[in-house]
Amino acid sequence: MLLRHTPAEQVEREALTINSAKTCQPVGAMYAALGIHKCMPHSHGSQGCCSYHRSALTRHFKDPAMATTSSFTEGSSVFGGQANLIEGINNIFTIYDPEIVAVHTTCLSEVIGDDLVQIIKKASDDGKIPKGKRVIHTNTPSFKGSHVTGFSNMTASMVSYFSHNSGSKLKQVNIIPGFVEPSDMSEIKRITGELGIKSILFPDTSEVLNAPMDGKFHMYPKGGTKSEDLIKTGDSYYTFALGNTASGAAAKLLDTKCKVPYDILNLPIGVAATDAWIDAMRRAAGVTVPESLQVERGQAVDVMTDMHQYFYGRKVAIAGDPDHLLSLTQFLTDLDMKVTIVVTGTPVGPKWEKEIKALAGDDVKVKSGLGSDLFYFHQMIKQDKPDLIIGNTYTKYIARDEGVPLIRIGFPIYDRVGHQYFPIVGYKGALRVMEKILTALMDKQDETAAEESFELVM
Amino acid sequence: MYEDGLMRPGLPDAASVKEEMLKKYPPKVARKRSKQIILNKVQENQDVPEVLANSRTIPGILTMRGCAYAGCKGVVLGPTRDILQIVHGPIGCSFYAWLTRRNQTRPKDLESVNYMPYALSTDMQEDEIIFGGEKKLKKAIEEAIKIFNPKAIGIFSTCPVGLIGDDVHAVAREMEEKFPGVNIFGFSCEGYKGVSQSAGHHIANNKVFTDVVGQLDKPKDGNFRLNILGEYNIGGDAFEIERIVELCGLDLHSTFSGNSEYDEFASAHTADLNVVMCHRSINYLAEMMEQKYGIPWFKVNFVGAEATAKSFRKIAQYFGDAKLIERTEKTIALEMEEVAKVRDDVRKRCQGKLAMLFVGGSRAHHYQELFREIGMETLSAGYEFAHRDDYEGRKVLPSIVIDADTRNIEELTVTPDETRYNPRKSEAELQAMKNDGFEFADYEGMMPDMLNKSLIIDDLNHHEAEILIEKYKPDIFCAGIKEKYVVQKSGIPMKQLHSYDYSGPYAGFKGAINFYKEIDRLVNSRMFKLVKAPWNESPELAATYNWKS
Repeated sequence: MLLRHTPAEQVEREALTINSAKTCQPVGAMYAALGIHKCMPHSHGSQGCCSYHRSALTRHFKDPAMATTSSFTEGSSVFGGQANLIEGINNIFTIYDPEIVAVHTTCLSEVIGDDLVQIIKKASDDGKIPKGKRVIHTNTPSFKGSHVTGFSNMTASMVSYFSHNSGSKLKQVNIIPGFVEPSDMSEIKRITGELGIKSILFPDTSEVLNAPMDGKFHMYPKGGTKSEDLIKTGDSYYTFALGNTASGAAAKLLDTKCKVPYDILNLPIGVAATDAWIDAMRRAAGVTVPESLQVERGQAVDVMTDMHQYFYGRKVAIAGDPDHLLSLTQFLTDLDMKVTIVVTGTPVGPKWEKEIKALAGDDVKVKSGLGSDLFYFHQMIKQDKPDLIIGNTYTKYIARDEGVPLIRIGFPIYDRVGHQYFPIVGYKGALRVMEKILTALMDKQDETAAEESFELVM
Repeated sequence: MYEDGLMRPGLPDAASVKEEMLKKYPPKVARKRSKQIILNKVQENQDVPEVLANSRTIPGILTMRGCAYAGCKGVVLGPTRDILQIVHGPIGCSFYAWLTRRNQTRPKDLESVNYMPYALSTDMQEDEIIFGGEKKLKKAIEEAIKIFNPKAIGIFSTCPVGLIGDDVHAVAREMEEKFPGVNIFGFSCEGYKGVSQSAGHHIANNKVFTDVVGQLDKPKDGNFRLNILGEYNIGGDAFEIERIVELCGLDLHSTFSGNSEYDEFASAHTADLNVVMCHRSINYLAEMMEQKYGIPWFKVNFVGAEATAKSFRKIAQYFGDAKLIERTEKTIALEMEEVAKVRDDVRKRCQGKLAMLFVGGSRAHHYQELFREIGMETLSAGYEFAHRDDYEGRKVLPSIVIDADTRNIEELTVTPDETRYNPRKSEAELQAMKNDGFEFADYEGMMPDMLNKSLIIDDLNHHEAEILIEKYKPDIFCAGIKEKYVVQKSGIPMKQLHSYDYSGPYAGFKGAINFYKEIDRLVNSRMFKLVKAPWNESPELAATYNWKS
């Protein structure tokens, strides 16, 4: 047993988090900033933060995650990080020549109270920011929120720094995809294209963190939302924020700042959530849903009905990020599976928990925020053993100990590839999620079935 | 080797490569980096040029380095399985150090304690930042004791802890009084301490020395009892070393800290020899244990088959027992048979290929052994967080200037233990051994082992790595996860020498065989031939079918 000290009975805990179901804000901000074209994310704090975040992103995506750091020492921690950041900005532009430097704070720089607006202004006044280049920032103290809110903060900062209402409307919509995979971002763009709707997706990490191999390292790969497009988000007709936790704030800010109305929708994972998003876009843009998407949808529903007997009544425990969990709960419920445990470390509050209950029923064990960790998740699993676990790589320790099949969805996934390239959003994504679930369940059945009931045909 | 030990002809001139690296830098950066990029020149007395090392990282530079917390919690304490480790701070630091270093461990049985798959944190929130986090830490310790009932608890401080003034040591003392059966100790390893992971190693060594080693006066059985210091069992290295230790008939008391238990640390002062694997991360403990308990130490290297053999010979020689020496020789001879077979086969395909190594505080040196065994040369190497002594040898220790960042790390004053100081060898014995060429407390550093004109680069950064790759086109580049895909995207095979790319072990004899095969796989891979599509290789059009008309 790997997690041999986890008891089934709950022990009262107020202060101790064990095996967290979230990580800290800065890594989300770094990931979001990588979704801006020619942008260097910059971590304002000790170099360990930057090193850990880059390592986490690299292990997850299996692609370079480039980002710089202010490399605080004890001196900068006492006297403030201004000198380090200004020197850093000068070095970054001189050596790495990005268009944009996107700074996020850390617990250290937040505790000492560095004023990023003032420091960036000073860097500009001192001539350290070359003409036509920009330094933007967001605040991501690690003692608040989670990696998801960090992503949200950086995305909102893109709006506050770039979005501009020029007075004339452009026939396009903004889509904010949330903390999803580069593959999901591509798929969102593809579906929007199929609908014939012009869109600006931000941030966009496709072809940044799943970039092709061409024999040369590109510090700034082809992907990423271009700064001129970020500016134009202020002239769009509409904004679709996919997932409230990761994308809601930026959409709201765009409305306040540039008067772009918005819709906050669930992440389009599963048929119903994809329907809701496509329907909303169709109405907003006044387009007809093309045959190609009808076919994709029909195929997904076809597999749902074909395979219903294998889904029906199976119990699923899921841990991950709130926007994913909401859509997954809906999808799994639509498959007539029974979602029994839902856990996220991200603080999302009672409203979110209510939404999960509305989908999965009042019996679901749902927990979020402080103290909601994989230790608790595991205890719930011990108390009511599910047929399937959905979670990140860390949940494999639980899956192995309890002998429950696992599919990996979420962040981080360190031990498998595929998530970078194959989406889980849209109808094709729904197909992929179903395929993964079926494979996991059937592999388990094949492994454990008595010889006489070992089936050839499914 | 080539005449005069110079690098092979046809390679770019190292001086001009250095110049190219510095060209792009702002003047202040160029001045500093020029002292960290050195052309090797080994004098007859083994003197080498001075390297600026253990110096501040330049802000804004894409560095490989991590922080003091990573060095303390991640490197030194992380691999031990029954000290319950609580990270005091916001959640990230605990999360990122959770099983990511691949330290393997093998609890004695199913009932034995193993906390390694658990990551404990106080998940500090804004309230604690404002009003202090000691209360939450105490509560967390109580809850942890209730759930896990551990022998020992280590508390690890993250950046905000020092700034808001939480006293983890006072909390540890208070909680220890409340729970007398539990040894509780804190580490002031805030990420901003020092200039790299190295500060954290030192902080870890100090606390383990003052609060753990010597707590249990219970020697293990055996005549040839030793501790292995600075072996962290990444990818199972320590398991392979343990195997050889047993074959030779040595008695391993403890390993700091791969595959280890608290009691082994606590009674490590009863062993008769300390051998040091990773000099950088643990030489402090070796020194302090010699001063307090009289245990001599010397440097070993279990990376590379020849180096492993040499190290075990030296250990046997230290104990001086004829049977032990004989058994060691037999073991080596037997193991080397298989090693030689694979080595000679692999060497046919790897001979003359070029390697670069930028990693750690000892691996960039140790792994050159393995490459040499299969005929590969190291063109350029450097450490991520080492000090001058790791480059130039311990003889430069007296001349190392202590700067402000280093001064902030406590240097313990150690005196012989009143009752337990027991020199394992008398002065006369030691002197006799030294006269026979037996070195104690030694480390000659990486540079004397490297070719003249090879480039030694401390704290290599991305820009310099890109130039190295472009100019030398090495056959393999070794570094860490952050560099992994940068290098591979450039079409150069990359080997992670922190995590071993999820393989290993590479230490000892079996490890050497694994490594030869792994390098053979990498440098002779067919895959890189597919990087360019045929239409990219010859883009000119020659119509076979007249498509357009």
